[in-house]
Amino acid sequence: MKKFFLFLPLVTFAVLGFFLYKGLFLNPQQLDSALIGKPIPAFELQKLEDENIKLTNKDLIGKVSMINVWGTWCPSCKFEHPYLMKLKAQNILPIYGINYRDERKAALHELKVVGDPYALNIFDPMGKLGVDLGVYGAPETFIVDHNGIIQYRYAGPIAEPVWNNTLLPIIQKLQQQAKARGAS
Amino acid sequence: MKPWIMALLLCVGTFLTGYAAATPVDTYQFKNQTNQERGLKLARSMRCPQCQNQDLVDSNSPVAHDLRIQVYKMVDEGKSDEQIVQYMTQRYGDFVLYKPRMDSKTYILWWGPLGLLICGAIVIGLLVRKQRANKDSNEAFTENDEQALKAILQDEDNK
Repeated sequence: MKKFFLFLPLVTFAVLGFFLYKGLFLNPQQLDSALIGKPIPAFELQKLEDENIKLTNKDLIGKVSMINVWGTWCPSCKFEHPYLMKLKAQNILPIYGINYRDERKAALHELKVVGDPYALNIFDPMGKLGVDLGVYGAPETFIVDHNGIIQYRYAGPIAEPVWNNTLLPIIQKLQQQAKARGAS
Repeated sequence: MKPWIMALLLCVGTFLTGYAAATPVDTYQFKNQTNQERGLKLARSMRCPQCQNQDLVDSNSPVAHDLRIQVYKMVDEGKSDEQIVQYMTQRYGDFVLYKPRMDSKTYILWWGPLGLLICGAIVIGLLVRKQRANKDSNEAFTENDEQALKAILQDEDNK
């Protein structure tokens, strides 16, 4: 017992050291989403290309998909864009775009110039859907299963390593599950 | 001017300028004074999800702006504090709360310091008791001991 008390400071130091050391490698910019396991929030917003067409959360359900939040004001989105184009060409899953806190004209112009990787373009100028999704910056990407349940959120631009190591395995797993349950 | 006075003034000046420039100004009009106080207090208790170490009122980031306006609106709509906190945590998780809630994940945060204090008190208590016990034994300094000590000291002197 006495020995144990003698070693107590060492044990405390080791435990503290372990957690602090682990803390060094956490990324404070990478917050957990509160929406994992929850359905896409209900919304009704205009289509980016046509203000008369309304899009709702139901338009995004049915396939394993990716929702990408972007804006023309966001440099990291520009950085990410070529990779999204590549993903579109590979035709792995539909990518839905949320044009976040942006101007319609600027956004349309941008898509025309650099290409449109999105299956649907949702226009969210007031950031309403963004707040409902817990978006705190752009770009942010959500992986959604075929039932419209959010399974993963990635904050930051998508590039090769993230895609190969993190996103693609999750997507493949979800697509297999969807197949097993008879969805498309 | 003496250098130390100058240094002092510089220090104070630095703090003052930081203070004055800190808070962005909103044009939001509250319905009444009570709502304003409650809205500001609530927004101050929440963390900006983008900038990490500023509250919603202090931050210039667009997200913080959206969120604090949302808080103000909900206050004016007559929503309760719990409803507003729930709205925020449903979207941004417990991270937005500066004061963490009490649940199984945060027990160590809330009770850890108290636990450490109690541990410390126990250790000190034990040490003091041990010392007292030692002191008692020290008093039994016998005649024999005294003579032995003297012998040793003399031995040292003769060297």
